[in-house]
Amino acid sequence: MHLSETVNTGFYSLAPLLVFAPVVGLLINAIFGQKFSEKVVGTVASLASGTAFVVSVLLAYSVAINHGHAVSVPFAEWIHIGNLELDWTFRVDSLSATMMLVVSGVGTLIHIYAIGYMHEDVRFKHEEGRFARFFVFLNLFIAAMMVLVSGDSYLMLFVGWEGVGLCSFLLIGFWFEMDTLARPSWANSNAAKKAFITNRVGDFGFLMAGFLTFWNFGSFQFDKVFEAAPAIAHNSPGIIVAITLFMLVGVAGKSAQIPLYIWLPDAMAGPTPVSALIHAATMVTAGVYLITRSAPLYTLVPQAQYIVAMVGAATALFAATIAVGQYDIKKVLAYSTISQLGFMVAAVGMGAYVAGMFHLITHAFFKALLFLSAGSVILGMERGHHAHAHHAAHDDHGKGKKKKEEHGHDDHEEVFDPGDMRNMGGLRKTMPVTFWLYMAGTLALAGIVPFAGFWSKDEILLDAKLHYTSVYWQLAIAAFFTAFYMGRQIWMVFFGEARTEVAKHAQESPKVMTVPLMVLAALAVLGGGLNLPFEGFHNLTHWLGYTLGEVEALPLNLGVAGVSTLLALLAIFISWWIYGRNPLKAGQPDPLKKPLGFIFTGMENKWFVDEGYGVLILTPFKKISQFLADVIDWRFWHDFVHDTVIAGTYNWLSEIVLSRYADQKGIDTFFNSWGSFTQWLSGNVRKIQNGFVRSYALSVLLGVVLILGYLILK
Amino acid sequence: MVPVDYYVVLSAVLFSIGTLGVLSRRNPLIIFMSIELMLNAANLAFVAFASVYETFSGQIFVFFVIAVAAAEVAVGLALIVEIFKTKKNINVDEMNSLKG
Repeated sequence: MHLSETVNTGFYSLAPLLVFAPVVGLLINAIFGQKFSEKVVGTVASLASGTAFVVSVLLAYSVAINHGHAVSVPFAEWIHIGNLELDWTFRVDSLSATMMLVVSGVGTLIHIYAIGYMHEDVRFKHEEGRFARFFVFLNLFIAAMMVLVSGDSYLMLFVGWEGVGLCSFLLIGFWFEMDTLARPSWANSNAAKKAFITNRVGDFGFLMAGFLTFWNFGSFQFDKVFEAAPAIAHNSPGIIVAITLFMLVGVAGKSAQIPLYIWLPDAMAGPTPVSALIHAATMVTAGVYLITRSAPLYTLVPQAQYIVAMVGAATALFAATIAVGQYDIKKVLAYSTISQLGFMVAAVGMGAYVAGMFHLITHAFFKALLFLSAGSVILGMERGHHAHAHHAAHDDHGKGKKKKEEHGHDDHEEVFDPGDMRNMGGLRKTMPVTFWLYMAGTLALAGIVPFAGFWSKDEILLDAKLHYTSVYWQLAIAAFFTAFYMGRQIWMVFFGEARTEVAKHAQESPKVMTVPLMVLAALAVLGGGLNLPFEGFHNLTHWLGYTLGEVEALPLNLGVAGVSTLLALLAIFISWWIYGRNPLKAGQPDPLKKPLGFIFTGMENKWFVDEGYGVLILTPFKKISQFLADVIDWRFWHDFVHDTVIAGTYNWLSEIVLSRYADQKGIDTFFNSWGSFTQWLSGNVRKIQNGFVRSYALSVLLGVVLILGYLILK
Repeated sequence: MVPVDYYVVLSAVLFSIGTLGVLSRRNPLIIFMSIELMLNAANLAFVAFASVYETFSGQIFVFFVIAVAAAEVAVGLALIVEIFKTKKNINVDEMNSLKG
């Protein structure tokens, strides 16, 4: 769009480092990781990610000093066939720079945190050799995500899109070989497969959108597509609608929207830093980025925008209700993530791209903070479990033994689950740092003034109010539930008395984990400053306006802000009324269970969506595949067609026709007759040679007489 | 002067007698004698035509035939002696080991 002559300064040539710094890091760790100590592995990986962050900062600075001009940095030729030219080009503009900053910034903090987290996690799981592998995958993810956000065409975006999908698969199934009483090994690998396959459905949509784009625009490049879009929308708007809706399918897969969100809760099987980085802060927001990037397409088709907004709003509300009924600390956050992604998708669907991106950024801060704090809580519980088991019996070597000790001690739990909130309680005293960090994240997520989440969520709500009232109400109720389930979590985890011995012995996490959390907490508290709804503070709006086109920045609407704040405070109060006033006792069912009855059972069981998919899709699918395998393939194709028809015909042909008739009767007879004729002939001819010299002489005479007679009588 | 026809007929008669001798007798000595008779019948014909056409080539040829016949008899008699030594018999019909 804006070519290089307008750009005199800047660090644009560094753009490839975004991808190659993490690649170098992962190569070092992949090759030497087993020889390095854990500190070195972690440092290399963090430095690689940190380099990407520094480059992102420099690129953002370059964009800023060049007044937001989008710059394409050609890097490599990829596919050149005839007129078709598909290159790997980096696109640096305010939107991609924002994503780069979020990905590499949050990513680097999570890398540092993971050094501490994985150090202990691999030991609790008795898998010390897995440390380096984790950081290889993590760096690979950063590289793939950078390809995604920095590509200047839908094709490169798709390459990164698939790359992060692969990393997601690898990291969800990171403990695929772990076989414990609490989680059989297939549970982890199944979660990974579920994520991958669900995303495949979404990717089908993205692929269709890509094919349609190329078919109609003749290019994958953003600039060319957006330039030609208005003309095509004028002539045949159906094409743009189809492209945007297929894109929405892709977004639903990657960003966990209805109906494809089901993989994200299961993705919590991965290590917690993965949940924070991939399944909360960055990868799942790729869908939001995709819609924002395609804003010029979506703006042309209000019908598609409306559908996107409705999908987002429905997801936000639906997932928020499920989060209320969950007991696993990470599952609550997972559904919360789905819900918040619903907010973002709804926002970009309404055309409020800045609000969506704003929420994406603040959400990356506070949800990464929440997940990492939850990881800290889980590890604290693991440590407590360790210490307690050690205390109870001075022999805790070997997982199985430990389990038995635990079983003997706490009768109410078969297998100890460090992530179950019912096992926690009172952690405020044993893990004070984590508690305060968690509080910061919770208040930001719940949308309490002046934490980051308040400003971004409020911007979305305000936009919804102006555009679609139904979306506004869904989101407002979702926000109410958000505050409620976060309150419930806080009361259950940190307040009251410890419900298990393990929780009593829980220990605080080391500094390598808490310091990155403090940085994230600071961002979660202050992140709202990026785009305050006051005159002169609409920084993000102007910044993204360089790319998305200048939009009118909305001032603070006291009505909307007041309603949402009141709802949040009310929800927190109710959660205190239910969970805080009378803390949950050990073994006591959730106090909401009785008054809400089947509604709570629905929330507890995720509204039976997985079961519904099982009945609607998986069971028929399995039946069909079984039928295909058993009847069609085995009985019909294998037994009948192959064995009976083909092999039978072949046998009949070779045995009867060719062997018996053609060979034995035909060819054999011919050659045998020829042989016996020769025998008969020679038997007769040999009689001439009788050994009597006189008979030879007679023959000679006869011959002479014949020849002479012929000559004479001629 | 005797006409040449007489010589030719005599030669033919001698040749036929020789042929009959070769075919009908079993004693190799007699067969040899019959072969000599046939050779000499040929010689007679050579000489007769040589005198008719007044050339020497026929007569020279006769010399060659006599020489070859002598050599042939020498080899043949040696063979007969050897055969007799091994078989104690010189009947030609007994000499059939090359029979097919």
